[in-house]
Amino acid sequence: MKTEDLKNNKEYKYGFTTDVENIRSPKGLSEETIKFISNIKKEPKWMLEWRLKAFNRLKVLKEPDWQKPKYPKIDYQDLYYYSAPKSASEKPKSLEEIDPKILETYKKLGIPLDEQKRLNGIAVDAVFDSVSVATTFKDELTKKGIIFCSISEAIQKHPDLVKKYLGSVIPLTDHYFATLNSAVFTDGSFVYIPPYTKCPMELSTYFRINASETGQFERTLIIADKGSYVSYLEGCTAPMRDENQLHAANVELVALDDAEIKYSTVQNWYPGDEKGIGGIYNFVTKRGACRGKNSKISWTQVETGSAITWKYPSCILQGDNSIGEFYSIAITNNFQKADTGTKMIHLGKNTKSKIISKGISAGNADNMYRGLVEIKNKAINSRNYTQCDSLLMGNKCGAHTIPYIKNNNATSTIEHEATTTKINEEQLYYCNQRGLDQEEAVSLIVNGFCKEVLQQLPMEFAVEAQKLVAISLEGSVG
Amino acid sequence: MLNIKNLEATIDNKHILKGLNLNIKPGEVHAIMGPNGSGKSTLANVLSGKSGYETKGDIKYNGEILSELSTEERAQKGIFLAFQYPLEIPGVNTNIFLKTSLNSVRKANGEKELDTLTFLKLIKEKASELGIDEKFLSRQLNVGFSGGEKKKNEILQMKLLQPKLAILDETDSGLDIDALRIVADGVNSYKNKENAFLIITHYQRLLDYIKPDFVHVLSDGKIIKTGNADLGVQLEKTGYLNIV
Repeated sequence: MKTEDLKNNKEYKYGFTTDVENIRSPKGLSEETIKFISNIKKEPKWMLEWRLKAFNRLKVLKEPDWQKPKYPKIDYQDLYYYSAPKSASEKPKSLEEIDPKILETYKKLGIPLDEQKRLNGIAVDAVFDSVSVATTFKDELTKKGIIFCSISEAIQKHPDLVKKYLGSVIPLTDHYFATLNSAVFTDGSFVYIPPYTKCPMELSTYFRINASETGQFERTLIIADKGSYVSYLEGCTAPMRDENQLHAANVELVALDDAEIKYSTVQNWYPGDEKGIGGIYNFVTKRGACRGKNSKISWTQVETGSAITWKYPSCILQGDNSIGEFYSIAITNNFQKADTGTKMIHLGKNTKSKIISKGISAGNADNMYRGLVEIKNKAINSRNYTQCDSLLMGNKCGAHTIPYIKNNNATSTIEHEATTTKINEEQLYYCNQRGLDQEEAVSLIVNGFCKEVLQQLPMEFAVEAQKLVAISLEGSVG
Repeated sequence: MLNIKNLEATIDNKHILKGLNLNIKPGEVHAIMGPNGSGKSTLANVLSGKSGYETKGDIKYNGEILSELSTEERAQKGIFLAFQYPLEIPGVNTNIFLKTSLNSVRKANGEKELDTLTFLKLIKEKASELGIDEKFLSRQLNVGFSGGEKKKNEILQMKLLQPKLAILDETDSGLDIDALRIVADGVNSYKNKENAFLIITHYQRLLDYIKPDFVHVLSDGKIIKTGNADLGVQLEKTGYLNIV
């Protein structure tokens, strides 16, 4: 990447705020708030009942506290659970109806929504605070029977699919943040790929937090019916603020017989400043069920933002011969903290899973890989391979690896490899001697370290991700 | 081109160079020979700007004070060091490394950066001149390369970057006779009136293929004897002890 680009990117360049008039729910977490959300979204009664069930369950749940990064107590009564631009209270039917300020926001983020400038071959659902403001390429997808819309729209138009699958991978009662999300989720994407259909383009959702004192609780549900294939990507940014904002999303994936879902994340929420003030708490539950035989779910994540990242995209390998994969790059700089990894639960016969995790830690940051591989007794002939590599830059950061391994039958094998290295002064010198400055050298070496994961991303995003990796580590060496 | 006056260098409290003088003009090939521990590699490291050394004395490179230039600035201004032990960088494709390097140098000199296609054409040409297989270029940089391959890769980089002053730090060590010839051909084909070479070596062997204009004997941090190519031949016969 060019030095010029790097220089322009010194600051978090997505840190601006868009000045729009908002509609907000009443402050705090209550039945009234939930009814407000359900009402403004014109939801059917069953949906409200589902939400209230989650809310009742939440009352007896406690926030988990086993994670490594600690954070000050969150006052759930001091948050807004719904905030949306007034202009988007009815989802705009065409681009002309979208507030120009919002269009401008997405343009600045590099996600043009207008027809002529659309990203080639990528359909985008744009979520702004609590609502989806636009979905592109909808008509083309509809012709193939593919449903790609906001979850709010799906609840109204495809209630049978939503009822059947929502909460089927992450139950209402799962854990505190997942249950909180079930009670108050506002928007997110819904994808259904019909049997034996290969989705002809990348589907992607771009999440933007704009309003202050607001949590973002999005919900995504992707169903790949028999023999289908879809590649889905999400990106995220937020303004720079000195408050910590909560992002607690639930993502559920379901792959039926012979279906494949590839889910990629490039997460660049505001990480806080170099003293550790502000930034997003990214507490997310992502889980995929390989429900059918020969199905496959592959998670790829590039986590560079957030003050705290706490998530474990997981696969439940129910179908025989199903495959789960997890490729991760987690970068923490300054005072960022990450506790991330995956869970691979092998239930079906001949199931396979692969975990490649690359953790990079700089400044005063702390980076933890935590992962569970569990092979149940009926999952005969199953295999897992795990590789966790950590790269340290400087002397004040930390890297930790905690694998939990449970193998309940003798025909299955689990392999685990882990390495920790410090960025090598000699390598930097070698690069410098070839004319590369310090930042180019770090970017080159780190991108080499992450290569196996970057390769998993769709082309267009791999380039973006490489740049992001370089920017996130700026100034961390020498 | 290069004027070194009374150069002293210390690392980890070890005094290694103790008043070294050397002048190199464009078009010249200088060889530095000397026993282990005499300071040969230290000289290469100090010239290329490796960190960790405390130095005294003056080094001027084309009129500029060398110590004021960063490692990458020196490289961009035409100082090239062929490493004794080239570094492995896992995950980084050799082609990408070479392109990034060339474009950094070009950009610093106000030249247009090369696009991928132009670059690939150029690098294939240079590689075939050295008899290097193209496949080699798509492998990870130096990872799993044999000693000879690593050294050939250094010479390829030299030919690509077209330095004014090329320093070869024991490039001949660990090479079989065929690789040695390739390295020597690389140097001879690049040599011209504008550029200069500083060849650091233990043995006369390499100098059978690359004829030096000057041979210097380095011992205990100083140049104790300078002669022409015959000095190298003489050293091979009599050893360093007779001179030291």
